[in-house]
Amino acid sequence: MVDSIISAASVIAAAIAVGFAGLGPGIGQGNAAGQAVEGIARQPEAEGKIRGTLLLSLAFMESLTIYGLVVALSVLFANPFVS
Amino acid sequence: MLILFLVSAVLKPYVCAKNYQVFFLETLKILKATFMSTFLLSKIEVGSHLYINFSENLHLHGETIIVSSLVVIALSLFLTFATSNLERIPSNLQSAIEVIYELVKSIAVTQMGPSYYSQFLPFVATIFLFVLGSNLSGALIPWKLLEIPSGELAAPTNDINTTACLAILTSITYFFAGLKIKGIGYFKRYIKPAIFFLPLNIVEDFTKPLSLNFRLFGNVVADELTVTVICSLVPLFIPLPIMMLGLFASSLQALIFATLAAAYIGEVIE
Repeated sequence: MVDSIISAASVIAAAIAVGFAGLGPGIGQGNAAGQAVEGIARQPEAEGKIRGTLLLSLAFMESLTIYGLVVALSVLFANPFVS
Repeated sequence: MLILFLVSAVLKPYVCAKNYQVFFLETLKILKATFMSTFLLSKIEVGSHLYINFSENLHLHGETIIVSSLVVIALSLFLTFATSNLERIPSNLQSAIEVIYELVKSIAVTQMGPSYYSQFLPFVATIFLFVLGSNLSGALIPWKLLEIPSGELAAPTNDINTTACLAILTSITYFFAGLKIKGIGYFKRYIKPAIFFLPLNIVEDFTKPLSLNFRLFGNVVADELTVTVICSLVPLFIPLPIMMLGLFASSLQALIFATLAAAYIGEVIE
């Protein structure tokens, strides 16, 4: 009984972890990409540099989502609370 | 002839019954079963490792060790062959190695400055090449065709122990770099803006390797998991763009790991 409650709670916790971890970085990535497009439109000759920086910073933001995913995976597959 | 005979034998009952809907559904079922068993080489399950036991408490993950030593051997062979006879007009292999060298050097120079980069360039290049090689080996080589007693071969960075090892190496290196270049004055960094930043600066020393570790591990696992889930839904053609994205993301992760390692070292020695 306790185990099934813990399993149900873990599934919900995993969903919440991934969902909210996707929320912030999504906003941030949209912001960064928008600014980059603006920068390219203003200065088309700097496109290469802007693209490199943009990809790097997008990957950094992506890693925040990945932290959420790691937590979700550990809750789902390697749950420390289920004996 | 044989194939035609087989096809007609399979089709006969449905065509005779003129029940096209049943025929269609059954065909779908047969197709699905055939393709699933042929192309779907992976299932989603919580796997186990190929344990090599030394004693009660000391286990090694065999598949990680096998693949990472293969990666190291392949990288060493590639580097040795590519740099064995350097010429003024470069061959294809030499051009490739020059591109890689320029990339790594530009990372090191931008993060550490032109006067100190040469001491830590080998470390950054090693990290970059190892992470790139192991990520690409996981994405490009069909390891699942090789059967091992338990567990399955995959990218070495798929195992959190590999990435933890790389992250701790980075941590040790920047500590060593600070002590070597600044001497005992390195510890002034901990009270840099003001004295009450001391706990924050100490915590930062632990969060840096932790975030490096989780970033690489999570990205590699997320790639493989996405491909596996989509493969179990649609085994053909649809996963290809996701696989391309994974290839791109895993090479980007190598670049990011090397950039961050160089940035941490540069932050300490500037």
